[in-house]
Amino acid sequence: MYPSRFRYEAPRSIDDAIALLRQGAGEAKVLAGGQSLVPLLKLRFAAPELLVDINNLPGLDYHRADPDGTIRIGALCRHAELERSTILATRQPTMAAAAPLIADPVVRNRGTLVGSLCHADPQGDWASVVTALGGHVVAQGANGRRNIPVAQFVTGPFQNVLAYDEIAVEAVIPAPKGTVAGGYLKLERRVGDFATAGTAVALEMSGAVVTRAGIALTGVGGSTIDAAEAAQALVGGPLTADSIAHAADLAAQAAQPRSDHRGSADYKRHIVRTFVERILTRVQPSTERAA
Amino acid sequence: MSSLFEEIREPVAGDVPVRRVSITVNGVRRTADVEPRLLLAHLLRQGLGLTGTHTGCDTSNCGACTVLFDGKAIKSCTMLAVQADGHEVTTVEGLAGPSELHPIQEGFKDEHGLQCGFCTPGMMLAAKALLDENPNPTEDEVRWALSGNLCRCTGYQNIVKSVLWAAKKLQSQSAS
Repeated sequence: MYPSRFRYEAPRSIDDAIALLRQGAGEAKVLAGGQSLVPLLKLRFAAPELLVDINNLPGLDYHRADPDGTIRIGALCRHAELERSTILATRQPTMAAAAPLIADPVVRNRGTLVGSLCHADPQGDWASVVTALGGHVVAQGANGRRNIPVAQFVTGPFQNVLAYDEIAVEAVIPAPKGTVAGGYLKLERRVGDFATAGTAVALEMSGAVVTRAGIALTGVGGSTIDAAEAAQALVGGPLTADSIAHAADLAAQAAQPRSDHRGSADYKRHIVRTFVERILTRVQPSTERAA
Repeated sequence: MSSLFEEIREPVAGDVPVRRVSITVNGVRRTADVEPRLLLAHLLRQGLGLTGTHTGCDTSNCGACTVLFDGKAIKSCTMLAVQADGHEVTTVEGLAGPSELHPIQEGFKDEHGLQCGFCTPGMMLAAKALLDENPNPTEDEVRWALSGNLCRCTGYQNIVKSVLWAAKKLQSQSAS
């Protein structure tokens, strides 16, 4: 399979990259890790006139934690770096749980978190994780930078709100106010397959009391589902068997799965309920100790 | 070397410039004029004649086309040849000299790590990336590292054994 023809540029500065996108006038695509875009090019589902390869742009391959706890992930930070990250392992359990579950190890050496958000696949794991964490995307264009909450960034399957001459340069996870807890669970038929269902849970706690909660669902709707009602039900109290079961029920209700070769809609809803319950139940002991 | 359009057998579009790339493949610097849409796997196979890199699924699933790109395992069907400009690529042909076997290749031979052999080059390069980083992996770590490479014959058991065999051999070599 060969992609259809396109011009290719690999600029060395972000200003040049933006200028090229501007010239492309909507017919250009940004190439970062390429682990979704290149397959789409080969299938000719995507046929841009111009590819702007940003892999040579300096200073975008970082992920770091600011002194206040804000986590920043640059556009060229690969999944494999996040999988090995001590920053995530010590500070951000939802992201640390998701990183090893992205695609397969070979793909993780190339693919990027920011690219995954831009690709906006309803089966994308990072979109759920960043949604649950209340993160945002930093877009850079000719007139500077703007922050776009991830919940507004994705508008539908494979669609985002970036202007044609903007580049998503960074994903940002806001600093937590209390202790953090949470996780990510994904059911896949085999390594590298898309999720049958996945759930991201991110909590901030003060002692045993949940002060902020985010729950988002992968692969059970036309795009990432923000199960806000389920999350909100947890806020203001401690995690109890009842509150966990209630939130898990609300998350299952928020899912909009379709029956397909990966499973029936009922089965997927059941997985969502089970996963939310499982993640929250694992959180419980440490919070009880804290209280 | 000359342009690769003939191998693709399609006329050159006037407005798509050919790009000259220079890639160090198995330690040797190679130059090629390529159309941007040419995949690295195709440059290796058709352009450079290195047919040890297999293309299996063509949809970025199977890992048969796995090569090392600056030392890291990547799927060469999911990277454009132009992206490799200035980088180092190792294919299965680069594991050992023409008349010798790399310990990973020896392992696959000794432990019967292949049947049809189609996935084997990708398996061996994914294994090389693992052993370069982690010379003494557990069985679980081997399975994890190879989980992006599909085999339809062996059930993986002997592939895992082969890699563990190679790890032992490499370690005894570096100890002596």
